[in-house]
Amino acid sequence: MLGYVIRRILLAIPTALGVLTVIFIVMRIAPGDPAEVILGEYASQEAVEALRKELGLDQPLWKQYVDFVGGLFKGDLGKSPINGQSVSLLVARSLPYSLELSLAGIGLGVLFGLPMGILAAVRRNSFFDYASRVFSLLGLSFPTFYLGVLLLLLFGIKLNLFPVVGGGDLSNIADNLYHLFLPALTMGLIMMAYVSRMARSSILNVLNEDYVKTARAKGLRERAVLYKHVLKNALIPIVSIVGVYSVVLIGGTIMVELVFSRPGMGKMMIGAMKQRDYITIQSLMVIYAGLVIIVNLLTDLTYGFIDPRIKYD
Amino acid sequence: MSEKTRIIRTFLKNKAAVVGAVISIVIIIVAIFAPWIAPYDPLTQDVYYRLKPPDTGHLLGTDFYGRDILSRIIWCSRISLIVGTISVALAMVLGTALGILAGYLGGALESLVMRLADIMMSFPDEVFGIMMLVALGSGLTKVIIVIALLFTPRFARVAYAPTLALKERDFVSAAVAVGASKKRIIWQHIMPNVLGDVLVMGSLWIGTAIRLEANLSFLGLGVAPPTPTWGNMVREGVDYLMSAPWVATFSGLAILITILGFNMLGDGIRDMVDPKLRL
Repeated sequence: MLGYVIRRILLAIPTALGVLTVIFIVMRIAPGDPAEVILGEYASQEAVEALRKELGLDQPLWKQYVDFVGGLFKGDLGKSPINGQSVSLLVARSLPYSLELSLAGIGLGVLFGLPMGILAAVRRNSFFDYASRVFSLLGLSFPTFYLGVLLLLLFGIKLNLFPVVGGGDLSNIADNLYHLFLPALTMGLIMMAYVSRMARSSILNVLNEDYVKTARAKGLRERAVLYKHVLKNALIPIVSIVGVYSVVLIGGTIMVELVFSRPGMGKMMIGAMKQRDYITIQSLMVIYAGLVIIVNLLTDLTYGFIDPRIKYD
Repeated sequence: MSEKTRIIRTFLKNKAAVVGAVISIVIIIVAIFAPWIAPYDPLTQDVYYRLKPPDTGHLLGTDFYGRDILSRIIWCSRISLIVGTISVALAMVLGTALGILAGYLGGALESLVMRLADIMMSFPDEVFGIMMLVALGSGLTKVIIVIALLFTPRFARVAYAPTLALKERDFVSAAVAVGASKKRIIWQHIMPNVLGDVLVMGSLWIGTAIRLEANLSFLGLGVAPPTPTWGNMVREGVDYLMSAPWVATFSGLAILITILGFNMLGDGIRDMVDPKLRL
């Protein structure tokens, strides 16, 4: 298993470097000199030159790239040219809000979506199956921000049960959960839709397999068939889809943070976009892509853990 | 019964697919005839009639500038449909071509295409969209290009896997043995067999593309105001959620119904084509 883990981590390195390169190139094809864009059209040539120097834009491109990647390895994301603050520090402040939202959404989605999908598959064509399919279709079609707006309108504004803005105090668990509830529910409902749909279809696929028919034919109780044969085999596609949709969910946090005014990375990104703060935007891209690479890595490692065939490939 | 009749019957038996098709057709008609259907000009402001709730004059109310929400929603359908269909079509053509070439020719091209796909898929959709639109600037064409770029690797993967399998099949080996050119093998033998999967995937992705456009315009990227999009209408409506909730709710409802329609249609097409479900 250790060999598989190491091999998989090594495989993620070229992808990570590729991602950094793409971010570096794309942020530099932006029209106009970032220093000029930041300072505005009335800035003096000296001021522009000084900022160019400060941002390292006067260096040759390869040197800028080496500095960019080198800085990341040291955990240094640079300084925001707009407010002079360390981007690493700003990210450290906002990352927990985005992480807790993503984790809560994924957790809720798996916790409720998985049993829902399993039950729908086992009771195929029942009322429950029908209702769960309508639920997943709706979840798959709801733009995250719109679901957030509706929940905010109902529970935050009309019923006044939950706060409408902010992320709460991270050191105060009750206050934090109180602020997290509606945004996490928004993400969780959508994740539930994805997970239950995929769980249902993977289980239905496995239920048609010969070994399930054999298990039933030899008189195994239905519960044993389900737990010993069906669930174990349906788990791989389910884990894969949880991985894929966790990535979708991470993207979705940006809109939800905006709807609920949570001080997470998404809100930070929108602020940086408005101010044309390229350094902050670039750093946030790196963090988001890093999260995706970690999720993909964890998904692959989980495969190896639940299916012994994979790690020997 | 011919194969065609059988497929059409399977589709018509699927009620959700038929409802999806009807919704999609209605939205397409609304988009085409928007100038004749919309009761008001979507950009005309009326400061004396700001944030008015729905009434007989303005069926869905008015926004902060006194613009008629129903008319704006009707006009927005054009942008959503244009982005949804053109970006998916572009990604489908480019992605399928790359996937087939990578799978059939192998070698350096295969490594390059597959590694690029890995890299592109390491970004959440919105994050990639933000990065590209910050770099390229906003506008309808750019949104279409960005979404097409984002979906291209996914189509490449869908086309790549069956191409690898088809390459080993006897009818392809036979074509190679009789001296058919690579171009001919790809066009005559690989493409027709890959196209089914790709088209099904395309129909399933239109809804996703529409949702992504809505997400990006909600974030303030994409087609710039005053041109209305459903996403930027919801964004504007969020500021008046307490006093005028109809601005955000009706615009969002339009996105939901559209995506729902296309998703139901896409699901129906998949069920109709997928041989596993014919059992």
